[in-house]
Amino acid sequence: MNAVRKKRLYIILALVAGVAIAVGLALSALQENINLFYTPTQIANGEAPQDARIRAGGMVTEGSVKRSADSLEVEFLVTDFANSVPIRYRGILPDLFREGQGIVALGKLNADGVLIADQVLAKHDENYMPPEVTKALKESGKLKPDAKEGGA
Amino acid sequence: MPWSTVELMSNLMNWTWFHKLGSPKWFYEISGRWLPWLIAAAALLMVSGLVWGLVFAPPERYQGDSYRIIYIHVPAAFLAQACYLTMALAGAVGLIWKMKIADVALQQAAPVGAWLCFIALVTGAIWGKPTWGTYWVWDARLTSMLILLFLYFGVIALGQAISNRDSAAKACAVLSLVGAVNIPIIQKSVEWWSTLHQPATFKITGKASMSAEMWLPLLLSVLGFYCLFIVLVLMRMRLEVLKRESRSAWAKAEVGKLVGARP
Repeated sequence: MNAVRKKRLYIILALVAGVAIAVGLALSALQENINLFYTPTQIANGEAPQDARIRAGGMVTEGSVKRSADSLEVEFLVTDFANSVPIRYRGILPDLFREGQGIVALGKLNADGVLIADQVLAKHDENYMPPEVTKALKESGKLKPDAKEGGA
Repeated sequence: MPWSTVELMSNLMNWTWFHKLGSPKWFYEISGRWLPWLIAAAALLMVSGLVWGLVFAPPERYQGDSYRIIYIHVPAAFLAQACYLTMALAGAVGLIWKMKIADVALQQAAPVGAWLCFIALVTGAIWGKPTWGTYWVWDARLTSMLILLFLYFGVIALGQAISNRDSAAKACAVLSLVGAVNIPIIQKSVEWWSTLHQPATFKITGKASMSAEMWLPLLLSVLGFYCLFIVLVLMRMRLEVLKRESRSAWAKAEVGKLVGARP
């Protein structure tokens, strides 16, 4: 490489590095706003604003789903295994909603710390398994029955 | 060491191979020799990967058959990012060595990458509705992918808007280089921030998060998309090279051959 080309290479590297640093700084400054949802721990620490629409995300606690007998209202706990947030929702839940499944709920926190959700999204994990494999894993005891459904 | 190896080594070391690539005629000839093989590989890999994945792979335990869109979504998203990195690399080569063929590669790859990015976004939205319960959320992964689509539009628009070929090449190269910062953001978005989009299922290294009978067709499909991408870009580049070299004798002869071959 001759001197002129080397100089151009350095200019380009400097350009890319400069832009990368600028974008990195901007993103770290915006860190809070880029997260799609608050975790139950963040909500417990009071990081989530009251009286504003927020998203809460986590796993639906096993055995916490309580459906109303005469309406579509459903109540459940969402946990990150350190803290949990109760969520109340009226409406049709996505097909993938189940206990142990990751979800994101959009709504307002009320005074009792219950999130009144108007939208519940199911968060799929990166594990893709055919049904036979799940069955075989359960039978061999490698996957606890129901406990691991929905994955981590 | 046999003589040819020595020659090859010295060729590689004094960059002749690299400068040869810059010759449009040489590029046209060598790419013409590669194309049939690449087309065959693309067809074979894509047909086997997609038929296996869409028809024969087992359904997913929760999503049923709707997960099968992964066989198009993941390769398209992969290639949309790989294409942009290729363009950034071509941009750097174009700026440093003033190689014309790098500019041809950059500008011809852009529309292909934009289509791949568009396919990834649309298939993701179609999958998102039954799986998540929404077509779109403004999470970090989805938004950074949308920015990638706009970067592609930017490169295409810049290339078209500036009539001076050298200025257009320079502008596109700079935008490609600057925009490349977005690629690691797309990659890492699911780790850095909490997103609705799940982390990568398909990994080249490390344990795959899916069973082998689902993963293998996906691998074939990804490789097939890579070959298809190279085929499309080479074909577009060859056409552009002929256009740009239309005054030279070899290009005239080549066009004559192509036109004459038609009944």
